Amino acid sequence: MSFTQVLLLMFGVILVENFIFSKFYGCCPFLGVSDKPSTALGMGMAVTFVMTLSGAVTWLVYYLVLVPLGLEYLKTVSFILIIAALVQFIEMFLRKFVPALYSALGIYLPLITTNCAVLGCALVNIQEGFNFIVSVCYSFAAAIGFALAIVVFAGVRARMEFSDPPKAFKGFPLTLVAAGLLAMAFSGFSGMSF
Amino acid sequence: MKKNGFLASLKNGVFDNNPTLVQLLGMCPTLAVTTSLTNAVGMGAAATAVLICSNMIISLCRKFIPRQVRIAAYIVIISGFVTAVELLMKAFFFDLYGALGLFIPLIVVNCIILARAEAFASKNPVLPSIFDGLSMGLGFTFALCLIAFFRELLGAGTLFGFPVLGSWYNPAIIFILPSGAFLTLGFIIAGVQKIRNTRQEKARSAQNDREEETA
Repeated sequence: MSFTQVLLLMFGVILVENFIFSKFYGCCPFLGVSDKPSTALGMGMAVTFVMTLSGAVTWLVYYLVLVPLGLEYLKTVSFILIIAALVQFIEMFLRKFVPALYSALGIYLPLITTNCAVLGCALVNIQEGFNFIVSVCYSFAAAIGFALAIVVFAGVRARMEFSDPPKAFKGFPLTLVAAGLLAMAFSGFSGMSF
Repeated sequence: MKKNGFLASLKNGVFDNNPTLVQLLGMCPTLAVTTSLTNAVGMGAAATAVLICSNMIISLCRKFIPRQVRIAAYIVIISGFVTAVELLMKAFFFDLYGALGLFIPLIVVNCIILARAEAFASKNPVLPSIFDGLSMGLGFTFALCLIAFFRELLGAGTLFGFPVLGSWYNPAIIFILPSGAFLTLGFIIAGVQKIRNTRQEKARSAQNDREEETA
């Protein structure tokens, strides 16, 4: 795969095939932790960090451990364990060595284990047969797309706080309707498929 | 008594405490696979099977699993069953397996399953845990089917792939697209909230009446 193709792939997964708006990976944190732009940014950064790392580690484990042993069918089990362990490890590492970053990302890290975008991305890397470099780039770009979506959406929700919806729509339903409208806007990018 | 308990658990799982529509858990598969009723039923069945099995095993092991590593232990048990379901679907329902794609392995990170393991199966004996898994699974399936019913009917004019709306209906493709998923779920949950609000008001006014009578 040439450099241009990788760039186009990354661009595509940020806008055209955004993980949230076209594939629905990671909708739980998207709807749950998007009430303030600052928290959304923290979550987005934490996901970017973990997703890029887990993309690299799961690729290595799959091709260096599972494939030689003929254990490909164990990839779901091993990937989720790797991600859980990685999140724990990152948490301990940051607390010890980068306390500033830890205080910014700390509370979002445990939530990431059950973020299906991370596991989904690791599985997509394997399914599409990406090589190592492309896997890392793809994971990073997918995470940037996730962060972009959650930050933009947090901005929308901050504006909505002062609106006066019908009583039945208050809270979660209104959030979903707003997400639907934002998804509609993002589907405008689909004309740009490469 | 036992039958009664099962019915109560079923009612709790499907209506009063529906995992998707009331507790708002497991949004990703809910939004992603509800483009057709067939996919919704398939996803619901797969998740229910995993939920029953994982609840059963976790309830059996609840005395041996140390508290500190319980989440990791639950995830291993759940992902084992998910892999089994994935392989079975690949062998016997290949079309469905293709349609649901990555969302079958992603059942591992479905919050409903982990939530039931943590909130119910880790504290209760085996039989009630199996019932709980069954009722929550059916509640999830019910919610998926409800959403898929509207999305498939409005977005394609079909139900289970059969055309029901005749040729005069011009399908609104938006309901099949991702934004339609968010909109449909938003309106359905608004409906659920409306029903709950009216119920609460009714209960409150009944209570007020009673208080007035006693006064």
